[in-house]
Amino acid sequence: MQRSFELPSGLRRWYARLRAAYQDVPISAWLVGMLAAVLVEALIGRDLAYILGLGNLPSFFGLSLIFKKWQLIPNILVFIAVVYVIPALGATYLVRKLMARLSGRGLTWLDRLPSWGYILFNLAFVYVILHFWASASDYRLLVLRLLGVNIILTLSLNLVNGWMGEFSVSVAGFMAVGAYVASVLMVWGFVDDNVFGPAVFPASWAPFAFPIALIIAGAVTAVTALAVAIPSFRTRGDYLAIITLAYMFIVKSSFENIDFLGGARGFMGQPKVAESLLVVFVWTVLAVWIMYNYVTSTLGKATSAVRDNEPAAEMMTVNTRKVKMVAFLTHAFWSGVAGGLYAHIVGYINPSSFGLVKSAEILGMLYLGGLNSVTGSILGTVLFTMLSEILRPLKLIKWMVIPVILIIVMIKRPRGLLGFQEIRLPFLERRAAKADEEVSHAPAGD
Amino acid sequence: MSQVAQQLFNALQWGSFYALIALGYSMVYSILMLFNFAHGDVFMVATYIGYFVATVLLGLSLSGVLPLSGVAIFVLTLLLTMFLASFIGIAVERVAYRPLRDAPRASAAITGLMVGIFLETLVLWRLGASRRNFPTLIEVSTYQIGPVQVTNLKVLTIVLAVVLMILLHLFIKKTKVGMAMRAMSYDYAVIPLMGVPLDLIIAFTFALGSALAGAAGVLFGMAYPVLDPYMGVLIGWKAFVAAILGGRGSILGAVAGGFLLGFIEILVAAVLTSTMRDLVAYSIVLLILTFRPYGLFGEEHSVRLRL
Repeated sequence: MQRSFELPSGLRRWYARLRAAYQDVPISAWLVGMLAAVLVEALIGRDLAYILGLGNLPSFFGLSLIFKKWQLIPNILVFIAVVYVIPALGATYLVRKLMARLSGRGLTWLDRLPSWGYILFNLAFVYVILHFWASASDYRLLVLRLLGVNIILTLSLNLVNGWMGEFSVSVAGFMAVGAYVASVLMVWGFVDDNVFGPAVFPASWAPFAFPIALIIAGAVTAVTALAVAIPSFRTRGDYLAIITLAYMFIVKSSFENIDFLGGARGFMGQPKVAESLLVVFVWTVLAVWIMYNYVTSTLGKATSAVRDNEPAAEMMTVNTRKVKMVAFLTHAFWSGVAGGLYAHIVGYINPSSFGLVKSAEILGMLYLGGLNSVTGSILGTVLFTMLSEILRPLKLIKWMVIPVILIIVMIKRPRGLLGFQEIRLPFLERRAAKADEEVSHAPAGD
Repeated sequence: MSQVAQQLFNALQWGSFYALIALGYSMVYSILMLFNFAHGDVFMVATYIGYFVATVLLGLSLSGVLPLSGVAIFVLTLLLTMFLASFIGIAVERVAYRPLRDAPRASAAITGLMVGIFLETLVLWRLGASRRNFPTLIEVSTYQIGPVQVTNLKVLTIVLAVVLMILLHLFIKKTKVGMAMRAMSYDYAVIPLMGVPLDLIIAFTFALGSALAGAAGVLFGMAYPVLDPYMGVLIGWKAFVAAILGGRGSILGAVAGGFLLGFIEILVAAVLTSTMRDLVAYSIVLLILTFRPYGLFGEEHSVRLRL
């Protein structure tokens, strides 16, 4: 492989040693390292930021400060090194040493967990890290929760634009339906409202009723999506794009005309049931899990087959109409759920927040990450959100920088960063080494 | 009765804008089989160009450097704007579509969308802070023809739109470039083998569509003088729907779809309230497309597109 640039030899030796030290570090050690970094930030981050002249604790690793005051770059690098890199690498190294010493004893219980236990354990670990990271500021918490919503939206859109190979633009429309339905249900049930009357149920039930409201919202969205699905599956190609565009305009215009929902002014007063990160995290994980299983199932493969060649798929006994319908309604369902989540996170919705801009944003995330890739969708959403937050100090110019970046990515990688491929997420699956071990041990154990 | 005639006349004017912009969508689609999602914003930028050209010309004429009558300024503004707008179309094609010609079409759609957002933000950033008014080039005068109240501006819009459409039609049918365009919409793959310069024809198509959007921009600016960086989103996307309604890639369809959407919108606003306009108009569009999935003049397979 040709290297495009050469490090000085001293640095290169250092880098090689670093790589050697951190080769095949188990994922749990990395997670502990990240937790350490987050804890260090919680302990000294605020003071260090003050000492280094960064003002308040920087929300996104101080990266957005670069655009406010470029002279601060060295200070920001010091901050990142001291607060994140050194603790993370140090703790990872220590844990790895510890694990090596304890091998055969102590920590092997992690390896003996069943698959689902291992995954749950790691997810819980990830959640703990995110929780500590988000507890530093409300702003981070909000961004993380919206990130979760956007991941659900991007994934659900990927199902149609990627696996099904059509072009849907009505994410925002579906979101709007879900947001309004969920809001109305929750306000009717748990809030004294002058339109929907006094609360029907005690307010303490609200957190438990919220999932039900979201599922109903998703289901109602899917039912309205039938209006799009039934006419559009007679033809292929761009037809769906137009139909979904019309659907979006219709939905937006309808909500503007429904007076008891606030019309164009909007609808507020949603009970605070999505205040914690946990709720959004659980829903996001659930969506990712279901979507991943969907696309790797027979149904998902049939969907891919329909995209690649519909007549051939039909000859292979794929019920193309049903396959397309299920994919599209799943898209609508999850967009509706995400809309409901969004409404309760923001606590205020109006029709104009579900316009073309929202759809274009989600489309940007999707195509940045790449079609037909679950991890790509997550990566695209995270990158887009990070970019959007880091560039926030640029204000308006942000919306010139982001399109330019996206255009460059599209030109360099027309299929997106991870189009049609997945990156392995080691904390969601057993390491390959482990599997080898089992194979080699099997005869001995007999 | 007079009410209906009046509304029909208004719809004719409103539909002219849609039709002129929809033509740009359709021409590009017929050749490249993709929607130029930046076209609405090209229209918006063209309106701003028209505004600057008109203001400069008006200033020159008022200061006596270049004494021109209002009509002459209008004609010059129209021609200059069409000329300049065509370069925006070429630039959009060069940046957003040419590098992605062999890529999946959805990727090209995304770059188009992004160019659109870029243009909107650019205009908003540089020019959007203060609201700008399109200068009055031609004094509005009202006539009464039978039951219908007619202004010279509206007549001008309709007549000019129709003239431009006829010119476009003649261009496509009679000239060599037009023949190349028709050939490309018929079979994209074989045409380069016949010695037709592909890049040039595609760029020219974009230029032509953008010039029409430029004309629409000047006319729109004169009829509704307040400029807004988001007018491309509002008008452009509706023109896109009109292009679909008429039939993808069909020139005749774009014109018919534009006028039809204009009629629907104006009539809904007249019969019901104007807040219901989008709701009813798009429901009708949805209904029409349910029964004619390829639009009014579209064909089942886009292999044989009409240009």
